[in-house]
Amino acid sequence: MLKSKTFLKKTRTGGVLKIVREHYLRDDIGCGAPGCAECGGAHGGPALEPQPQDQASSLWPRPHYLLPDTNVLLHQIDVLEDPAIRNVIVLQTVLQEVRNRSAPVYKRIRDVTNNQEKHFYTFTNEHHRETYVEQEQGENANDRNDRAIRVAAKWYNEHLKKMSAENQLQVVFITNDRKNKEKAVEEGIPAFTCEEYIKSLTANPELIDRLACLSEEGNEIESGKIIFSEHLALSKLQQGIKSGVYLQGTFRASRENYLEATVWIHGDTEDNKEIIVQGLKHLNRAVHEDVVAVELLPKSQWVAPSSVVLQDEGQNEDDVEREEEREHMLKTAINEKMLKPTGRVVGIIKRNWRPYCGMLSKSDIKESRRHLFTPADKRIPRIRIETRQASALEGRRIIVAIDGWPRNSRYPNGHFVKNLGDVGEKETETEVLLLEHDVPHQPFSQAVLSFLPKMPWSITENDMKNREDLRHLCVCSVDPPGCTDIDDALHCRELKNGNLEVGVHIADVSHFIRPGNALDQESARRGTTVYLCEKRIDMVPELLSSNLCSLRCDVDRLAFSCIWEMSHNAEILKTRFTKSVINSKASLTYAEAQMRIDSATMNDDITTSLRGLNKLAKILKKGRIEKGALTLSSPEVRFHMDSETHDPIDLQTKELRETNSMVEEFMLLANISVAKKIHEEFSEHALLRKHPAPPPSNYEILVKAAKSKNLEIKTDTAKSLADSLDRAESPAFPYLNTLLRILATRCMMQAVYFCSGMDNDFHHYGLASPIYTHFTSPIRRYADIIVHRLLAVAIGADCTYPELTDKHKLADICKNLNFRHKMAQYAQRASVAFHTQLFFKSKGIVSEEAYILFVRKNAIVVLIPKYGLEGTVFFEEKDKPKPQLIYDDETPSLKVEGMEFHVFDKVKVKIMLDSSNLQHQKIRMALVEPQIPGISVPDEISNVDVNEPEEKRRKLKK
Amino acid sequence: MAGLELLSDQGYRVDGRRAGELRKIQARMGVFAQADGSAYIEQGNTKALAVVYGPHEIRGSRSRALPDRALVNCQYSSATFSTGERKRRPHGDRKSCEMGLQLRQTFEAAILTQLHPRSQIDIYVQVLQADGGTYAACVNAATLAVLDAGIPMRDFVCACSAGFVDGTALADLSHVEEAAGGPQLALALLPASGQIALLEMDARLHEDHLEWVLEAAAQAARDVHTLLDRVVRQHVHEASIMLGD
Repeated sequence: MLKSKTFLKKTRTGGVLKIVREHYLRDDIGCGAPGCAECGGAHGGPALEPQPQDQASSLWPRPHYLLPDTNVLLHQIDVLEDPAIRNVIVLQTVLQEVRNRSAPVYKRIRDVTNNQEKHFYTFTNEHHRETYVEQEQGENANDRNDRAIRVAAKWYNEHLKKMSAENQLQVVFITNDRKNKEKAVEEGIPAFTCEEYIKSLTANPELIDRLACLSEEGNEIESGKIIFSEHLALSKLQQGIKSGVYLQGTFRASRENYLEATVWIHGDTEDNKEIIVQGLKHLNRAVHEDVVAVELLPKSQWVAPSSVVLQDEGQNEDDVEREEEREHMLKTAINEKMLKPTGRVVGIIKRNWRPYCGMLSKSDIKESRRHLFTPADKRIPRIRIETRQASALEGRRIIVAIDGWPRNSRYPNGHFVKNLGDVGEKETETEVLLLEHDVPHQPFSQAVLSFLPKMPWSITENDMKNREDLRHLCVCSVDPPGCTDIDDALHCRELKNGNLEVGVHIADVSHFIRPGNALDQESARRGTTVYLCEKRIDMVPELLSSNLCSLRCDVDRLAFSCIWEMSHNAEILKTRFTKSVINSKASLTYAEAQMRIDSATMNDDITTSLRGLNKLAKILKKGRIEKGALTLSSPEVRFHMDSETHDPIDLQTKELRETNSMVEEFMLLANISVAKKIHEEFSEHALLRKHPAPPPSNYEILVKAAKSKNLEIKTDTAKSLADSLDRAESPAFPYLNTLLRILATRCMMQAVYFCSGMDNDFHHYGLASPIYTHFTSPIRRYADIIVHRLLAVAIGADCTYPELTDKHKLADICKNLNFRHKMAQYAQRASVAFHTQLFFKSKGIVSEEAYILFVRKNAIVVLIPKYGLEGTVFFEEKDKPKPQLIYDDETPSLKVEGMEFHVFDKVKVKIMLDSSNLQHQKIRMALVEPQIPGISVPDEISNVDVNEPEEKRRKLKK
Repeated sequence: MAGLELLSDQGYRVDGRRAGELRKIQARMGVFAQADGSAYIEQGNTKALAVVYGPHEIRGSRSRALPDRALVNCQYSSATFSTGERKRRPHGDRKSCEMGLQLRQTFEAAILTQLHPRSQIDIYVQVLQADGGTYAACVNAATLAVLDAGIPMRDFVCACSAGFVDGTALADLSHVEEAAGGPQLALALLPASGQIALLEMDARLHEDHLEWVLEAAAQAARDVHTLLDRVVRQHVHEASIMLGD
């Protein structure tokens, strides 16, 4: 039904083109207030509350809705996201403006709008008959939009009055624009600035800190002195970059020296790849990761990268002169050769600000509300924030966002976003490491959860389409203890013709996650499940990961099966793939499965199936190793957690059983089979995984190290490497082989996902397979979901969609996945490191045996097998006389005061926790044996004060 | 700048319509006196003029005459001023030829051609302003013109376009929506029988979605029929008053 009554034309002139667009006005757009008789509730989805009670504003005590303008939305989204702010009307005009100006804010506001509890309502005012305004002669677009917003606010007030006169419901207009506010008040609309309004919310004083400080008046305390030169306009920068006057690059601040940075120039010009920027004025308010434009200085002003470590400690704003003194300090001892291209930042092309983690350094003045914030990342400058809860935030990890950096301010201005908790607390530190590694870990949004299947869930007739019923098979799963996201299960049975049928059944996650919906997008963004020591950050919501997709025993589950017919010699005779329904008969742990295989008394179906699998796996593994697959080693440890406090009490290196490799073997086989199949079907857009062969130079350390023990390691092919590693045994030194394998692991390249149409080298070096992909863990890896979809299309079990067959989109997905996997790995390591710290904190100082892994110019890197812990023993320290160090690159060895250290030497080290820097606690190691006077520390049964190892050691040395 | 949002979260399109709504349709029959039949239609900002001559004897080469039915000759052209950028050639380009062919197929299916063997029916359509859905506007205009000429047809031929955006089928696409590059389908329907006279789409669309898009287009075509029927009745009513005088 066409409801439009008035018919208007909206003309937009751009260039010579005249575009005429129709613009229909409607009278069926609801106001969003439930129970409104006039609109008749003509709106679905989230709506406003009929009686907004809880927002007790001292400025406007009556119940009201909020109506913010565009700038408020853009800048104060942090405040609006707070659960305390509810019942907000978002106008279409505002939403469109936000959409055009900031994509991230637009996404956030959409998430908020979709959240039922927030009661945000989007009012389509541009198409409403009574709130549409036309641009007048001489009125610019901004003014027109402001007027449209006011008209809508006015309409709302009249409309709500009609609805019920007695409860005096009104909308309050929130704007930071003074003129707009004045006009609104003139027209009888209650209007406040965001600051005024938030401050009037007496019940929620903490909201004030989340306000972004943008108001011009807020900066008056700064000395009027202008410190920085002005940033050039973007158009000028682009001109300059085109003509070569300026260079565009990514700004990377130095970790050691806050007055120095490098700019990585984009593009291929070989010569000026890296430009040094030195001094506060030349840095010109650029922040780490920003894309900036730099101007090269004349050669006479070029400098060398300084080796001075400088930390920004100033509390005062006015000590710019002192900064200059410091800058002079940098310029000492300049060697002509060391001079590097030097430049200064003339403008910012794109800010890459994100919320930063860190701690508050409280101002010296007790009553002061302005404080400096020190980010955990040393490359980020300190940020000035305004808060009244400074004393409450002291000693806590907090998140702060930068709002701007005026020319007359030494530090950027920011606002407080979130309090993470106490420093050193497990939850806080976990949160910090997730944030610092960019691991998305927020709870899943309503929009995402809405795509989950409704509980109670059962398999319907429709699900059975294109699906085989394999519930009669004796399928079981084997996983580590405590695993709730079981994504693989196996079966093996003898066929009538004497051959064996082996099936690998993988959870059918792609059945639940349909392409393109919010759930799919969120999983694609997360890319992988991140396992931390005591926490798991799921890629898909828990309902799927631990229930519907988890192949638990004795329930019907949807699966994607890969079924082979094999001879008893493990030759594959036939391979087929099918979607299926299975009913797992048992969820075993590795130990349980091993027990069943070993025990002679058990002879049930599951056990025979396991024995068959085990037999085949051994043959498969042998075949794989013959082909040159590497067995590498890394010291993996597990923490034993105290069940009450969840503190680590003991470490244990992971034990490997036959059953581990049994499961692994069949997963590899399934992955390879699937890789072949999808590449056959989609030669241009199969998602595969490759592991490039490392360049020979990577192996140098390994070869040299082995040589020092009179062993030879060949590295020309994977096969010869594997063989020579197998042979490298020393009866006197049984741990040597493991050490060599650990070293070999370090030489390897990173395995990556890629799209088959964008690359032509598919080889997987470590597994010695010509083609490989990931298929077996769709619950915890997004790559597997894509592979599932490809395979489903290949066998005709599911339909395709455009993005699946677009190799550029696929390449983008691969890029994100590779990044997320890397970050997840770092986060895992950081988590292990943190738990190691906790462990040694409770344990005190201990001395342990260790092996030298690497020898450096001024230090040795050691590995403690007992804890799988790696650490560095430094021989040079600040404020101490340098010992005599002779480094030999060939062997490699390091002579310290006459004592020579080689790779793989056994030493004894003392481990302790260094908490001198509260933000960056770390494990410190010191040499105990062999004893070198002045270097090593005496071994003692120590119950010393753990918190002050620095002090302790100094005393010992006197 | 982000591109245009074709369908907002609230379910409104760029011009304020909902997914299944048509643009405003206005039509008039009998706009030219010399022709046997003529009609003018406005579908939003798309404006088309159709003129019909015939049935008459075959013009030109006699060999073109068909022994059992009438020859339907369609010519499509669009005015140089019909689009934002001025067009060079008003007719005779490939697009116009294709459109002519499609119109011919459509009307061969709808007109009872076997009633006039060895004769010819000419349909000339000109687009005066193009704002998306030109094929549909041409078909609708031509239907009215053929009716005006009194040539017997099986039924009205009502056409409408439909597209597919974010999992929703949109009826009667405007130029902005067409230009966004999504799949677009044109459907000419004989509403009484539900028979399809012409269905055309030259983009990739998944099989699963086709049904919805087709249904959206069919529903829109039925809506068009209601409106055209009203126009015809009004026209006949006016004509009968004139005759009555």
